[in-house]
Amino acid sequence: MVDMTTLGDDAIAAKGWVKSHKYLILRRISQLGILALFLTGPWFGLWIVKGNLASSLTLDVLPLTDPYVLLQASLSGVVPETAAIIGVVIVLAFYLLVGGRVYCSWVCPVNMVTDLAAWLRRKLGIRSNSQFSRSTRYWMLALTLILPLLVTGGIIWELVNPVSMMFRGIVFGMGAAWVMVLGIFLFDLIVAKDGWCGHICPVGAFYNLVGSKSLLRVNALERQACNDCMECYVVCPEPQVIKPALKGEKQGATPVILSSDCTNCGRCIDICAKDVFSYGGRHAKKNDGLKREGEISQGAQA
Amino acid sequence: MVLPLLNATKLKTFLLQMSDSKDKNELNRRQFLGNMLKTACGVGLVGLGLAAYSKRASTMPANYIRPPGALPEEDFLGACIRCGLCVRDCPYDILFLGEVGDEVATGTPYFIARTGPCEMCEEIPCVVACPTNALDHDLKDIEESRMGLAVLIDQETCIAFHGLRCEVCFNVCPIRNRAITLDMQHNPRSGKHALFIPVVHSDACTGCGLCERACILEEAAIKVFPMHLAKGQLGSHYRLGWKEKEKAGEALVTPDTEHRYNLPDGVRYDLQGEGLIIDGEAEETPFSSNPLDTLNSGFMDK
Repeated sequence: MVDMTTLGDDAIAAKGWVKSHKYLILRRISQLGILALFLTGPWFGLWIVKGNLASSLTLDVLPLTDPYVLLQASLSGVVPETAAIIGVVIVLAFYLLVGGRVYCSWVCPVNMVTDLAAWLRRKLGIRSNSQFSRSTRYWMLALTLILPLLVTGGIIWELVNPVSMMFRGIVFGMGAAWVMVLGIFLFDLIVAKDGWCGHICPVGAFYNLVGSKSLLRVNALERQACNDCMECYVVCPEPQVIKPALKGEKQGATPVILSSDCTNCGRCIDICAKDVFSYGGRHAKKNDGLKREGEISQGAQA
Repeated sequence: MVLPLLNATKLKTFLLQMSDSKDKNELNRRQFLGNMLKTACGVGLVGLGLAAYSKRASTMPANYIRPPGALPEEDFLGACIRCGLCVRDCPYDILFLGEVGDEVATGTPYFIARTGPCEMCEEIPCVVACPTNALDHDLKDIEESRMGLAVLIDQETCIAFHGLRCEVCFNVCPIRNRAITLDMQHNPRSGKHALFIPVVHSDACTGCGLCERACILEEAAIKVFPMHLAKGQLGSHYRLGWKEKEKAGEALVTPDTEHRYNLPDGVRYDLQGEGLIIDGEAEETPFSSNPLDTLNSGFMDK
C-alpha cells in the first residue's frame, strides 16, 4: 500500500519540487492559458480568441471547431460552414498527433476540478468507490450520438454537458453551471475515484477514439529502474494503462503506453523518482541493446 | 492430456481444479454480462432523462428573440453548437448566451428587445460569424430577416388610441412607413380630431424590436414576439375566392347559364348594358347625333 502522507516525497528528494511537478505545472499553465486567451477579449477588450471550445476564431483568421459537437450537430441534420470544417480538420489533425485525451488533461477545465477532487481524496483518505465500468463512457458517447437522431430538438447532450458548460460559463457567464461543477467535484470526491473523467464523460471517450493511434505517447523505457513504489498507479487517472507497459517486459510487451485511455498528462513522469517514464513516439524503443554491447566490450577490454 | 497415473487424491484435486476454473470462467462471463447490462440500463435511463429534459429545455420565454437568420426553433437547437461567436461579433453587444438556470436552452443566443434590440447591421456580422448555419448564411439582406414580429398588443394603454400624437414606434422603425404605418381614424371622443394608429405589417417587419425599446410607456404597448406566437395562420385548405379568381384570370366556378328571354330577333336583354338592346339599330335611330338635324327636319319635310 502506498503511504499517502509521503506520496511524491521520493521524487521531490530525487529531482526537486519543480521537476517533480513539471508537467502538472505546465498543464495548469496550458489549461488556464487557454482560458485566458478567451478572456482577454471580454475582460480587457483585447481580442485574441473569440467563441469557446465548441468553436472559436483566433486573431480573426484561425477557425477551430470541436469535432464532437459538430458531429452531434451534423447528426441532427446540419450542413456546417467551410470555416467550421476547416476548424474540425485542424483540431482532429492535432489530436491525431498528440493523443486525443490531451484534450482532457491539457485543455479541459473540468480536469482541474476532478484533479482537485482526486488530490483531496488522497489527502483525506477517502476510499469509497462505487463500482461501475470505465466503458460506461462509450455507452454515453453512443447515447449522445443517437439522441440527435431520435429526439427532435437537436444537440441534446449540449444542454447538460458540464465540460462545455464550465468553459462557456467562465467565458460568457456561469449562471447556475457551478452547481454542475460542484456536482462533478463531489461525485469524484465521494462517490467514485476518477468517476467523471475516467468513467462517464463522453467528450473524453470521443477524444479517446480520435487519439487511439496517436504518435505522442508516454513510455516506460526505463522500466528496469522501477522500484515498485506504486506511486504512479496512485496519481494516474487511468491506472489500468500503466501495467502493460511497465510490467510487460517478461511478456515482451512494448514499454510504450499504447492504451488511448492514457491522457498524456505526465503525472507518472513527475512522480517517478527513478525517471522510468518519459514522453516519446509511438514506436519509441530503448537503445539499450547498443548500450549494453558497449558496456560488455568495455568490460572485455578491462 | 496425460492423466497422472495416480493416486485418487491427486486425481480429485486435479478435477476439482478443472471444475473450479470452469466455474470461474462462467462467473466471469456472468459478471461481464451483468455489468454490461447494468451499464446499458443506467445509460439508457440517463438517455430517457435527457430526452425528457430536452423537451422542457427547448421552451423559451416570449420576450427572448433569436438573432437574425435563426432557423426555426427546433432546427436551430440542432444546429447551434453554442459557441457564442455571434455574441462576440455583435457590434452592439445585444446578444446573450443562455446560462444554466435561464429559461432558454443552455448556451444558445438570444436578445431582449425592450433592453437591447437588434440594430439591423447591413453586413449582419452575427450571421457571418455562425460556423454552422444555425443563423442561415443565405440571409444577405437584413430587411429579409424575420426575428419575430412586432405586435401592438395593448390598445388600451397605447396613447395613440387616446388621440395623442406619439408615433415614436413609427418613427424609430428602420423600415419606416412600411413595417409600421399610421392609420388615420376618426376620434370619437372629441368628435373632431383624428387618431393616428400604428399598424404593423408582417410583410416588412423584421422583428428587430427597436419599436419595443422606444415605446414611451412604462411597459411597452408594442412588443416583438417570436413569429409562431405573433402570427396567425389560415387553414391550409383555405382559399380566398377573389385571389384565386385573379390568379386564374377567370371565375373558378362554372359560369351561370345565360338566361334566355323570349325576344324578337335582333333584340337582347342585358342589365349591365342598361336593359333592352336592339342590335344593329343603333345606327338606324331616327334621331341624328346632331340636335340641329332634328330641329331642322320639320322644315325639311314641309
